[in-house]
Amino acid sequence: MKVYIRSSACVSPQNTFNSAGFLTDVVESTGTRLKAIEPDYKQFIDPKQIRRMSHVIKMGIAAAKSCLTQADVEMPGAVITGTALGCIADTVTFLTRIVEQEEEMLPPTAFIQSTHNTVAAQIALILKCHNYNNTLVHKGISFESALFDAMMLLNEQEADNILVGGVEEMVDASFTVLTRLGLYKRWPLSNLSLYDTPSNGTIGGEGAAFFLITSEESPDSLAQLTGLKLLYKPKSVEERIIDFLKSNELGIDDIDLVVTGKNGDTKNDEVYKELGSSLFKNKSLANYKHLCGEYATSSSFALWMASNIVKGGVVPEIVKEGKFELASPKKVLIYNHYQGKYHSLMLISAT
Amino acid sequence: MSSSVYIAGVGAISAIGNNVAENLVSLKSEHAGMGDITMMDTIYRKQLPVAEVKLSNDELAVLADLPANISRTTLLSAIAAKEALDDANIPNINNLRTGFVSANSVGGMDKSEDFFVKFLADNSKGKLRDIFDHECGSMTELVADKLGISDFMTTVSTACSSSANAIFYGARLIKNDVVDVVIAGGTDSLTKFTLNGFNTLMILDKEFCKPFDEHREGLNLGEGSGYLVLVSEKVAQALVKQPYCILSGYNNSNDAYHQTASSPDGTGSYLAMQGALKKSGLQATDIDYINLHGTGTPNNDSAEGSAIKRLFGPDYPQMSSTKSYTGHTLGASGGIEAVFSVLAIQNKLIYPNLRFETRMDELPFEPVKQLLTDQDIKHVMSNSFGFGGNCTSLIFSAI
Repeated sequence: MKVYIRSSACVSPQNTFNSAGFLTDVVESTGTRLKAIEPDYKQFIDPKQIRRMSHVIKMGIAAAKSCLTQADVEMPGAVITGTALGCIADTVTFLTRIVEQEEEMLPPTAFIQSTHNTVAAQIALILKCHNYNNTLVHKGISFESALFDAMMLLNEQEADNILVGGVEEMVDASFTVLTRLGLYKRWPLSNLSLYDTPSNGTIGGEGAAFFLITSEESPDSLAQLTGLKLLYKPKSVEERIIDFLKSNELGIDDIDLVVTGKNGDTKNDEVYKELGSSLFKNKSLANYKHLCGEYATSSSFALWMASNIVKGGVVPEIVKEGKFELASPKKVLIYNHYQGKYHSLMLISAT
Repeated sequence: MSSSVYIAGVGAISAIGNNVAENLVSLKSEHAGMGDITMMDTIYRKQLPVAEVKLSNDELAVLADLPANISRTTLLSAIAAKEALDDANIPNINNLRTGFVSANSVGGMDKSEDFFVKFLADNSKGKLRDIFDHECGSMTELVADKLGISDFMTTVSTACSSSANAIFYGARLIKNDVVDVVIAGGTDSLTKFTLNGFNTLMILDKEFCKPFDEHREGLNLGEGSGYLVLVSEKVAQALVKQPYCILSGYNNSNDAYHQTASSPDGTGSYLAMQGALKKSGLQATDIDYINLHGTGTPNNDSAEGSAIKRLFGPDYPQMSSTKSYTGHTLGASGGIEAVFSVLAIQNKLIYPNLRFETRMDELPFEPVKQLLTDQDIKHVMSNSFGFGGNCTSLIFSAI
């Protein structure tokens, strides 16, 4: 069975949404947290509802609807989302009110919109889509789990034109807690110099990227999703990557570009550094987390990026690790890991 | 694609028992698990009944062989998942690919609530240990680590249908030849977050709930966890003891009507039940028992009832809501009720819908009022419907 990405839309801290250029107009910001650029939601959501919806719901709906429009599909065969923290803004709001109002006279809205399946549910509601609807919430492989679900559905021939996305919002409370947990750098820096001085911590991010995937190839398909592998605490990443490529009847020499999840944190980047001098030696490498920040579903940004790279045949300068020229890359491997535990491999080919 | 998915093991902990055997005794003796709130520090003590697991975190930690300072949700999960795996007793499991697909609705919220009180007063305060495992995925990870499972793991969260979707996802991992064995189900502990949340929606009954009764006034929240061990046909053939049954049908449909309320005609529920029948190749008349979602809220039971009337009428199977025993255990309900569905087939039982008195005006049928024994049950449908219109039906069939 073959899987094609028919369209994709990405809301991120960069100009990625409905943008004419492909990572050409790069946004630089100083701090340790990148915020997503808000699309004009009026195009996608009833203005009366916009005020009531949290950031993550709005980003998700905008990306999902744009994805459908690009693919010229009105009704997806399934809606599947991946998110680690879900609707964290509404969760924090409701928790705050429980404490401050000592459990009395609480308004229900924040609770209603706090469940992790709210984004997928709201997409179904807006589209009046009664089809398969699921939400996967497993830390650094939330998006991959959703994508895996979508690929299984295609394989089972249970659905086609599946809308699948990764969504994550960052709020002040989660940023503060994650900073205390040591995830982010202790001083402000430009996102564009994230890789200049390796040190502890990275920068936080957020975003929503959706994909319409199908088993039917069409002339305007973005890319083919050739393979997906989820790994938990692998003993040797290198061996598992070789196995993964082999299972797709490929070797590392067949890969034109490797997109890695390098995030500027010394410990996090160790494995990429090691691979850079072994399996990935002499490979053209690309990074993306300086553009969108680190978050549990950032691999959805990477998939959006890799799909557009094989479609357009151009690697944006801003993502290149070092200097290289690469004419129309056809096969891209994405390797990301989240806090060393969850690793994922995605293989994207030009159609 | 592999043909059948077999149920090789079951595990459950709820307000009516700390293991499957205890749950079964309570189901048969019509013993409900609701009572006053004793574990949570909330203003609703003595006001709202809940169905608590009758063990403290310290006691659960001993059973789970895990530290007592982690989320109660994780402790509950570890106990039932381990019971299910032990029950399956799969030979040479270390040579098989094993997965863990678990569900929950609010992750480590019970601990996050403690953290948040101090954090809100001062952002530099609050024990990080209490917030570290807030994510839903953390519950799954800790239990998978405890069980030594690393081939595949993920977490589902679709509100009250979460663990039915986890079982569904797990079965498909087997059918797609990703794993040979998967432990699937879900867990949730009582939290102030959910208690207050459901209270703001004014759908909590101040008395013990009365699902499908004309005078029903809402649900009682419960807690617990329930897991099935699903295995491929090949593994089923090598089992020491006979598998319980097969998972013959499943469907996930969306009501697409409202974020929390069900559509009056129960469109999502209808589509889920109809889809599960289609998947299993069965007719409506083949279903012997429906384990209802049956929360006890006016809206849910009305929608589910309408959908059953449309799909099954005029020949209705036996049906009951075991939430009349366990309360609504949210992300665990689909898992616990899947275990009860499997037990119904194995023990030839149909459980009563406790406290049922008056048939709903709008429905031409009513749930079972007394325990039915020696029932020849071939096919059981288990319904789980949730916020966000997420509706899932599973069908278990005797072998």
